[in-house]
Amino acid sequence: MTFTRRAVLAAAAAAIVAIPALGGSVAHAADTIKIGDINSYKRLPAHTIPYKKGVELALKEINAAGGVMGKQLELVSRDDGGKPGEAVKIAEELFAKDKVALISGSLFSHVGLALTAFAGQNKKLYLAAEPLADALVWAKGNRYTFRLRPSTYMQAAMLAEQAAKNPAKRWATIAPNYAYGKDAVAAFKKVLKQKRPDVEFVAEQWPGLFKIDAGAEVQALAKANPDAIYNVTFGGDLAKFVREGKTRGLFKDKLVVGLLTGEPEYIDPLKDEAPEGWLVTGYPWQFIKTPEHKKFLDAYQGAYGEHPRIGSIVGYNTMLAIAAMLEKAGSTETEKMVDAMKGLSFDSPTGPITFREIDHQSTMGAYVGRTAVKDGQGIMVDWTYEDGANYLPPDDEVRKMRPTS
Amino acid sequence: MGFYIVQVLTGLSSAAALFLVASGLSIIFGVTRVVNLAHGSFYMLGAYIAYSLIDLFGRGGLGFWGGIVLAAVAVGMIGAIVEVLILRRVYQAPELFQLVATFGVILVIQDIALLVWGAEDLVGHRAPGLTGAVDIMGTPLPAYDLALIAISPVVLAGLWLLFNRTRWGTLVRAATQDREMVGALGVNQAWLFTGTFFLGSMLAGLGGAVQLPKGGADLLMDFNVIAAAFVVVVVGGMGSIFGAFLAAVLIAELNAFGILVFPEITLVLMFLVMAVVLIFRPWGLLGSPEAPGQKGQQGPPEQPLRPAPVRVQMAGVAVVGFLALLPVVAGPFALVLTVDILIFALFAVSLHFIMGPGGMVSFGHAAYFGGGAYGAALLIHYANSNMESAMALGPVLAAVLALVFGWFCVRLSGVYLAMLTLAFAQVAWSVVFQWNDVTGGDDGLLYIVKSAWADTAQSWVPFYLLTAVLCLSAMLFLRRVLFSPFGYAMRACRDSELRSHAIGINVLEQRWLAFTLSGVAAGVAGSLYVFSKGSAFPDYMSIPLSFDALIMVLLGGVKTLLGPIVGAVTFTWIQDEISRFEYWRFFLGLAIILLVIAFPQGIAGFGRRYLGPWFGIRAEEAQ
Amino acid sequence: MTLVVDGLFKAFGGVQAVNNVSFRLDAGELLALIGPNGAGKTTCFNMLNGQLRPDAGSIRFFDNELAGVAPRKIWRLGVGRTFQITATFGSMTVRENVQMALMSYHRRLFALLPRAAALYVDEAMALLDRVGMADQADRPCSVLAYGDLKRVELAVALANEPRLLLMDEPTAGMAPKERVELMALTADIVAERKIAVLFTEHDMDVVFGHAGRILVLNRGQLIAEGNPAEVRENDQVREVYLGAELGHA
Repeated sequence: MTFTRRAVLAAAAAAIVAIPALGGSVAHAADTIKIGDINSYKRLPAHTIPYKKGVELALKEINAAGGVMGKQLELVSRDDGGKPGEAVKIAEELFAKDKVALISGSLFSHVGLALTAFAGQNKKLYLAAEPLADALVWAKGNRYTFRLRPSTYMQAAMLAEQAAKNPAKRWATIAPNYAYGKDAVAAFKKVLKQKRPDVEFVAEQWPGLFKIDAGAEVQALAKANPDAIYNVTFGGDLAKFVREGKTRGLFKDKLVVGLLTGEPEYIDPLKDEAPEGWLVTGYPWQFIKTPEHKKFLDAYQGAYGEHPRIGSIVGYNTMLAIAAMLEKAGSTETEKMVDAMKGLSFDSPTGPITFREIDHQSTMGAYVGRTAVKDGQGIMVDWTYEDGANYLPPDDEVRKMRPTS
Repeated sequence: MGFYIVQVLTGLSSAAALFLVASGLSIIFGVTRVVNLAHGSFYMLGAYIAYSLIDLFGRGGLGFWGGIVLAAVAVGMIGAIVEVLILRRVYQAPELFQLVATFGVILVIQDIALLVWGAEDLVGHRAPGLTGAVDIMGTPLPAYDLALIAISPVVLAGLWLLFNRTRWGTLVRAATQDREMVGALGVNQAWLFTGTFFLGSMLAGLGGAVQLPKGGADLLMDFNVIAAAFVVVVVGGMGSIFGAFLAAVLIAELNAFGILVFPEITLVLMFLVMAVVLIFRPWGLLGSPEAPGQKGQQGPPEQPLRPAPVRVQMAGVAVVGFLALLPVVAGPFALVLTVDILIFALFAVSLHFIMGPGGMVSFGHAAYFGGGAYGAALLIHYANSNMESAMALGPVLAAVLALVFGWFCVRLSGVYLAMLTLAFAQVAWSVVFQWNDVTGGDDGLLYIVKSAWADTAQSWVPFYLLTAVLCLSAMLFLRRVLFSPFGYAMRACRDSELRSHAIGINVLEQRWLAFTLSGVAAGVAGSLYVFSKGSAFPDYMSIPLSFDALIMVLLGGVKTLLGPIVGAVTFTWIQDEISRFEYWRFFLGLAIILLVIAFPQGIAGFGRRYLGPWFGIRAEEAQ
Repeated sequence: MTLVVDGLFKAFGGVQAVNNVSFRLDAGELLALIGPNGAGKTTCFNMLNGQLRPDAGSIRFFDNELAGVAPRKIWRLGVGRTFQITATFGSMTVRENVQMALMSYHRRLFALLPRAAALYVDEAMALLDRVGMADQADRPCSVLAYGDLKRVELAVALANEPRLLLMDEPTAGMAPKERVELMALTADIVAERKIAVLFTEHDMDVVFGHAGRILVLNRGQLIAEGNPAEVRENDQVREVYLGAELGHA
């Protein structure tokens, strides 16, 4: 007993002493430009691991091509644990200790917003990669924050435009019970009502995020007897919702619209049980035949032996945007980088993208189409690429939302 | 009509997995008194292992059901291994200390699951022969729901037979009622506990496995189920299997029908149920009162408070001197990290105040941290307040929350008290989370701007010094209170409620004020925190933060005054260092487990024992 | 008259645990309440100390009614208590236990800043001196011998200058020699401070050796009352106790 206790003590002591030695070693190459990368690599790895792979692929290509301004790009990657307070601490550390030029990344909206506030208050550049919250560039936007991925509003607007073409009048919605779900439903309602004043929303369900009681929720939706259903659930919730809905016949003869449902992160796990005929946003990576995308796809599959997810393409585009911005700015000074970001245009595998001057939102678009099942796998058919630029509110509305400072 | 019948049946089927998990948790708690946070991890492992086994065996009836049963047994064995390797070494530690070890286990299992099964969600196999739906008066009900509805009573009956018709079961029941007695009967307690862990973990694994056809396996299952499982156990009454069944059904049915009327009630419903049940039935629906003398008093009794000897005071002065010199010698990030550490140290000290000397364990202390955070943030947002007044008035919201919640909580004791604090914290959290118009919901309140003199964009030094002064003063104030008549009376209420009444102490009032004082101190920490981060989010009120504080206190040592500080420093610092690794959760979990085994009295408790004499802390006589 | 109990009743379910009990107790008197197990002693006692509310009857303590009053309020009126199984504050020293009672007596329980250990030291030491525990004042209560704990409890019970002491089995669990010493000490203190004492006790040596008067309960009813000699000769009491034990005293 004494022996084991002493052994454990020694091991614990050794571990504690060893930690700083292991963690503190960051290579300091003088001729690199450092980029701080913050993401929830452990909270939602299904999304963030593909993101990281996309980032690293782009980085490799950029550096192989000689880097930017004659310097190599170096990524300092950190996990925020899905906690906003932790993310801000890491941001401080990246700037103070690792001397990064800017930070990018994040997936969860609240973490992205925490970093938005950090960037605004500390006058540091933050490129939000994946968080979808509308507020990030609008109500809470600031000079130092930019966002790449099409926002909740944009994707909901794309779907609403298509949905308006359907005769369905009675709509029901189901969305996770937090800010993203609320925004997604509000945006969809707003745009759909504009185009179709005659529709009515007859039921709303708000399951807790990743805690859906799918059977009861499906029943509640069925009870309202809608013509169409707008779904915002994703991940494990989506799988449960689809399975219960199918078994209980909820989707029969109804139009179902699914935000993000066509993204490989969410439709792949469903395999042959993927919903069919849903109107969704997503990423039909197999079928995009543009040469730019083909090049990306080949490189990605060559590097990782698997297909890209939406996170991969966002990660890849994020690095392209940063490289293009640095090239344009010719400096790693924050104000110059911010000025370069404004109105920055660059070509990506998904087409040309511009960071709007007015609100710092990129015009990266999304793929809208119908779901289908082929060879035991959910896919997207009849899809089109919708340019994000066409799904943003009028400029004066945007100006009103953004704080004047 | 058909609709309502189907909704009832749907609720019953949702109750099944919940009941299985909760019954296992209840059995483990009833016998070993371990608050097993890792129970959710066993549930998750049940789902993953069953998924892999069904893949291996094929999807026929035998493959499917065989896979489920084998997965449950495998998880039971994992539970038993955890008990033998880790928990068995720390049963003699203060109450709840084992909880820290199980927290470490969660982290380790999370990373192992990620490594083995990958990041992508796995959608569960369907049960052969039960893929379709049954028509009930015109409304379809998935056939597998019927199987789930049947499973709970079968397991319940099996457990009843086990507990009433076998010698082992009788011993388990006896141990649930009186642990000492079983020891006295000459039963090998170690193996009884191991067996209990096997059974309890097996039930969790079974719960995870049988829900496969309704969902699948993913990496968030563990956290998502654990709170619900605890709620069911507490509502049903700790240690009562029938209670767990009743509570699972009650909560599932209330949810099934609640969402028809209030679709947004999903986040808070079960916590509301728990709060109401505990207020009217302080030991749950079918539970019985806890035996007295189990409030944090496991192990040797706490030693009398003695004023710090000279050498300790000198060490304290040295620490203050070090903190004062830090801006000169260290870079800006050291200040950022130290600000975090100081804030969490105050938060942990505030929890320790009621948990150690006060004998009231809180599982929901983040409510008051977040109360202070939102108090300050709301003032900045809506009252155009400056930093100084927001910081001063922010904790008032924490005080109000503590006064209201505390009034109910101090009437309970032990784990029930802890769970009521958790319930209230969740209610507060869900208000902040859902009241978008005022609190911004999950999008939070941004731009909690510091005053110009403390602007950290320029320099962290002024804000760091402000934090250091405020946190140290608050901690010293709480320490002073512990040495005051109030602090003595609070300890008196913990040591002997009977004697306290008999010398005229109003125990409830004393506890209520202690609870509030602690809430205010947590609120001070919270209001500092929002300014240090520049934004406020519901996370600052959430369960994980409450448990972080709990782990800091326990890891540091609940029976020493320095414990929470040592725990906060260790936990925050290790986490900061380790989180640079890819599989950092595995290493953090491992570090926590090793610390727990090495220091069963907490790190400070260990330090006191071995360094105490040098510092002039006199060794008290032991019985 | 210190204590006047009149027509006390208490039933649990269908069982009449205390049935019309009345008695009086005067200052300086040591009154023993005895009876076989289940006779209603504890119920009776708990109604006096406030833990139980009587179904009917009154408990006059000087000018105050005690029936149904909370224990802590009864204490404030000047009633001290000791317990069958000692109840002290294990994380405090012997002196601090007494200081705690003194702080409560002086209504300082909500003072946040003074150093408790420096308050009422002299008063606490005087009380400990009186019960013979002054030399152990600095020891943690959790390490004391049982007999010493009983003395600490007595000192604590005296802290509010009580006019009535309720002692539940004051010598339970003690060695015979200690029992005599404790009861002698109690008797001395009671005499010098003019305190009234009501105690229950199993040990008949203690009862007949120290009580001035004895109440005998059986099945919830008072069956005898009087000085030790009278009670010893009472036939009904002899019957209840099977005659055996009483002869020795």
